[in-house]
Amino acid sequence: MNKEIVSDTKMISSTATNKGLHIEEALIFEQGSTDRSGVDLPEISGRSDRLGKLKRLDQIGLPGLSEPEIVRHYTRLSRNNYAIDIGLYPLGSCTMKHNPRLNEAVARLPGFSNIHPLQPPSTVQGAMALIKELEEWLTALTGFPTIALSPAAGAQGELCGLMVIRSYLEKQGDPRETVLVADSAHGTNPATATMCGYRTKSIPSNDSGTLDLQALENMLDNKVAAVMLTNPNTCGLFEGQILEISDAVHKSGALLYCDGANFNAIVGKVKPADLGIDIMHLNLHKTFSTPHGGGGPGSGPVAMTSVLAPYAPLPWIEESASGFTITEHLGDHSQQSFGRMRAWHGQMGMFVRALSYLISHGGDGLRQVAEDAVLNANYIRQGLHKHYSMPYPGTCMHEVLCDDQSLKPAGLKTLDVAKALIDQGFHPMTIYFPLIVNGAMLIEPTETETKEILDQFIDAMITIANHSTSENIAALQNAPVHTPRRRLDETKAARNPILRWLQDTGPSAT
Amino acid sequence: MRKAKYTKDHEWVRLEEGGEKTNAIGIVGITDFAQEQLGDIVFVELPEVGITVQKGDEAATIESVKAASEFFTPVSGKVININNTIIDDPGLINSDPREVGWFFSLELADPSELESLMDEAAYESFVTSLS
Repeated sequence: MNKEIVSDTKMISSTATNKGLHIEEALIFEQGSTDRSGVDLPEISGRSDRLGKLKRLDQIGLPGLSEPEIVRHYTRLSRNNYAIDIGLYPLGSCTMKHNPRLNEAVARLPGFSNIHPLQPPSTVQGAMALIKELEEWLTALTGFPTIALSPAAGAQGELCGLMVIRSYLEKQGDPRETVLVADSAHGTNPATATMCGYRTKSIPSNDSGTLDLQALENMLDNKVAAVMLTNPNTCGLFEGQILEISDAVHKSGALLYCDGANFNAIVGKVKPADLGIDIMHLNLHKTFSTPHGGGGPGSGPVAMTSVLAPYAPLPWIEESASGFTITEHLGDHSQQSFGRMRAWHGQMGMFVRALSYLISHGGDGLRQVAEDAVLNANYIRQGLHKHYSMPYPGTCMHEVLCDDQSLKPAGLKTLDVAKALIDQGFHPMTIYFPLIVNGAMLIEPTETETKEILDQFIDAMITIANHSTSENIAALQNAPVHTPRRRLDETKAARNPILRWLQDTGPSAT
Repeated sequence: MRKAKYTKDHEWVRLEEGGEKTNAIGIVGITDFAQEQLGDIVFVELPEVGITVQKGDEAATIESVKAASEFFTPVSGKVININNTIIDDPGLINSDPREVGWFFSLELADPSELESLMDEAAYESFVTSLS
């Protein structure tokens, strides 16, 4: 046997820098040749073009690849993707839960997947009945009488909510100027308020990681239109003073908006309307398991009180003795709606998936979802609390917050932990968020993970913490090593972004 | 160099050399602790020259590889000059937040505002209390 080839210590590296069957993939522009094409069309003879001076003389610069080359290119790239169907995806405040296959099967029924928003309502009565039933489930779970389903995602739901608030306050003749946002909020909250024309101010959190009620009371005046709060908040803690908060907000004449990003922790346990909240959005793609990101569009319905309901956006569906009708225009029934958020009626495919999820779980199943999500997060908390510092004591809700204070003396930072986790085979948690905790690591396992997976994750985290000693620290600071690319220079990427590829010169910083 | 005063939001302000009391010019920036916490800064947006800002107003935006943050002006006044070099090279805020990495200067509306800010010793002990 040839010793050189079987030796453990010596590897013959691939000339193309491939690893195993993991192919190093060039940019699509760097492959093929411009005279190649996926389709083979015959030359047109006997005809001349009439472009005259408009005729392009230079190269158009499109890549030229055959069909199999294209298929392989994108399939190879897709293998560099990480997905919820591959493993644990513990991004805090993102609720990356399993997307049940039943939902997918139902959403692909031709009666739902082959309809068009311009079809006459009489031909889509079933789809409209589904939307109405989804409304009933979501209003039952939130305790609000009205829900607007059309917003396309969480941030658009926020914008919808603030536009409703603005419409209502302007109608009262008291438009107001300011929106107060908890300092632990998602960045979308202040961005939404600003986009809606309000000045934003940040409400500080107290030492326990919840909203500082006294500070809020001091900030509330007759210029504050709304307060935006997430409950449970992004520290994974339930805002226990929510009733005092809503009282204070209402006394000042403002409205309380709730960001529903973390609804998964309390669904079936408490109705947000009972907490004094006036309006909130839900993320169907978080709490109700419709796919995130590349798997499908988001969906951010907005639930609200009867006081705000007249200002809800169009369209909405109504049920009468002769069937379901859709109200699409001002004047049909309402003069007070602020109008539409978007074209068409909302993310129909997501409505089907969400309703499938709701019906298949039932009320008791949904309550267990919240309980198991909280249990899983606390299981991780218990497994890690001797190895990682945690800024706030006590149990958490659906996500657990650690930081890097205990690792700092050894020279290890949150970013190193995240990169080292990749080498351990785990997608990192949310890092450096919420902003109020230095070196934050926010872990949300969701209810769909097993004890075995949670144990493996805890073991990987403990392994990293245990290696934060002087002889091992360099290895952790160099992580990841088992990935197609090593640690990327994020600073250089942000300061000198390469946003387009140019012919001849290749990537160009423009 | 004049002594700087500090805020709990980790901004500093110091009077420009030779500035008259009646027309005091303040220079503002972020502290070394702030740049350390932010990590590598990749973008900064400064206020327009000529605008008037109130103490505590969000007067600039800082983006680092970790997060986007607001810069709250430690004193009130009219912005008279901005540091264009940090717009071109935001890394200067990381390497020298106290001198080269200053943000903007302003004509103080009320120099007595400085009295409510922390001096260097008080700020140092405030930072120590955070860790």
